[in-house]
Amino acid sequence: MVNVTASGGDGRLRLSLSGELDHHSARDGMTRIGRALDDYMPRECVIDMSGLSFMDSSGIALILRVYRRMRECGGRLLIEAPQNQPRRVLDASGIDRVVKIQDTVKGADK
Amino acid sequence: MKKENYIRLEFPSKSVNEAFARAAVACFAAQTDPTLEELSDIKTAVSEAVTNCIVHAYPQSIGKICLRAAILEDNSVEIVVKDWGRGIDDIEKAREPMFTTGGDERSGMGFTIMESFMDELRVRSAPGRGTTVTMRRKISLRGKRAG
Ligand SMILES: Nc1ncnc2c1ncn2[C@@H]1O[C@H](COP(=O)(O)OP(=O)(O)OP(=O)(O)O)[C@@H](O)[C@H]1O
Ligand SMILES: [Mg+2]
Repeated sequence: MVNVTASGGDGRLRLSLSGELDHHSARDGMTRIGRALDDYMPRECVIDMSGLSFMDSSGIALILRVYRRMRECGGRLLIEAPQNQPRRVLDASGIDRVVKIQDTVKGADK
Repeated sequence: MKKENYIRLEFPSKSVNEAFARAAVACFAAQTDPTLEELSDIKTAVSEAVTNCIVHAYPQSIGKICLRAAILEDNSVEIVVKDWGRGIDDIEKAREPMFTTGGDERSGMGFTIMESFMDELRVRSAPGRGTTVTMRRKISLRGKRAG
């Protein structure tokens, strides 16, 4: 199960993920993310991973899909605060060559 | 190498079993007194191998997956994931980073992740007959352990 919470506005979208992101949960996760991208039409999208306890390569594919959507409209994607296990998967995939990864949560709107 | 202990699981290729499979192996592998990082690496590799059976081996149907995990006498964890599905035509190519036959829902990084998280990865496959992935990870000996 992966949970997606969208927040933000004014050209910014924060997607807070929690739970486990694998092939089983990815399709549902992507549907929710797609809907949030349609609703907010952000110029900057932040994927907050601080609540995500597990991710495998299905998460890499999901991030790449969000990245392509953001790029199509000239927007920017950022990954924030991944826990250790997702961080190791991100590193092994080399995705930091296309998407910036920030270690801490910055400006989380509470 | 001698097996100190082992488990054997069989389950249908339903995606809901991905979380079960990796959690079950992690629970078993905990006997080797691994670090959190070692344990999560094993969990990730199992998730990759099992997902490949579900996504690629049996794309249009539900088939059988057999998962074995063993603790060897050198305190390494060996994992074997076997399916009787479609098989892989060109294993060398399949193992290349970013190679995928799965479209944009896949990234082609599964084997790369298994390879970098485990000490050893072997893939055997016969087109139309199935695939067996064998992985091994040595668990560091920390302090003294009970036998
Ligand atoms: N058990 C299997 N049965 C049949 N084909 C497989 C199997 N495992 C892997 N393959 C083939 O090898 C390719 C590469 O696998 P790999 O796990 O590296 O990437 P992927 O599954 O395509 O994407 P990702 O793992 O990033 O989601 C797959 O696209 C598929 O063609
Ligand atoms: Mg894969």
